[in-house]
Amino acid sequence: MQIIVNADPRDIRATTLAAALEELGFTSPAIATALNGQFISRAKRDDTRLTAGDRLEVLAPMQGG
Amino acid sequence: MRLYDVDLSSRLLLGTAQYPSPQVLTDAVQASGSEVLTVSLRRETAAGSGAGFWDMLRQTGARILPNTAGCHSVQDAVTTAQMAREIFGTPWIKLEVIGHGDTLQPDIFALVEAARILSEDGFQVFPYTTEDLVVAERLVEAGCEVLMPWGAPIGSGQGLRNPDGLRAMRAHFPEVPLIVDAGIGRPSDAAEAMELGMDAVLLNTAVAKAGDPVAMARAMDLAIRAGRAGFEAQPMEPRDMAVPSTPVLGLAELM
Repeated sequence: MQIIVNADPRDIRATTLAAALEELGFTSPAIATALNGQFISRAKRDDTRLTAGDRLEVLAPMQGG
Repeated sequence: MRLYDVDLSSRLLLGTAQYPSPQVLTDAVQASGSEVLTVSLRRETAAGSGAGFWDMLRQTGARILPNTAGCHSVQDAVTTAQMAREIFGTPWIKLEVIGHGDTLQPDIFALVEAARILSEDGFQVFPYTTEDLVVAERLVEAGCEVLMPWGAPIGSGQGLRNPDGLRAMRAHFPEVPLIVDAGIGRPSDAAEAMELGMDAVLLNTAVAKAGDPVAMARAMDLAIRAGRAGFEAQPMEPRDMAVPSTPVLGLAELM
């Protein structure tokens, strides 16, 4: 199915958030996720099921003021 | 200085953006003596790109104050804060909700609402706000135990555009730590903020964009110490007319 990952359309086979992160190569421990604008904690990634068209944001530490 | 339940000896909070190189950033942090660094969250581009930066920050030993920079709505800011808490493992959040693209002025209505939601969720909120006293009262009611009024628009380096407003804020909130956040350009601006009785200064561009960021980090540290020492020494009030400092009594008549 196709989901939107950090504004890019991506085709994935995974059906859970945890599996999708693995499949997309987001293996860093220093990431946090939001699905359709809602924060999804690390603990809930396994149980969070994805649907086509979902908007996934994967964020990481960055320089800031 | 105590911010929430944390005691700090440095009154300089330093941003980590726009430095010419990671090494200059690390050196500037060390030269500044700062114990609190602001950071942000952005989209992960390649696997692990943010992890290296995070490792570098941890090595400084400084406490991390994540921001919600770039957020324009309550939901944006709240979700970003939740993501930052998980990554950085801190309840601290520098809450920015931007209301205007040109001035980067805070949207104070959304700010107060987001501050309430986050405080109730256990966050320790550092709100980037204006010097407006009514807004500040609402933020305190919402649970903020620190206030961060702007000195001038973010990145402008204009110094304190409304020192009277900051002075009024100090008088109105004698017990709330006040941190001037944004607008500082020169060490004299930072010293002025401290002389007004502000508890601390948060700055980034003034150091990162200086010709020599490491030297400027040191200069800011000195200015903030000098300004604070001056405030504690209780400066004299300005007078309208000249008053001789040398005693007139005993002056000879030589004409």
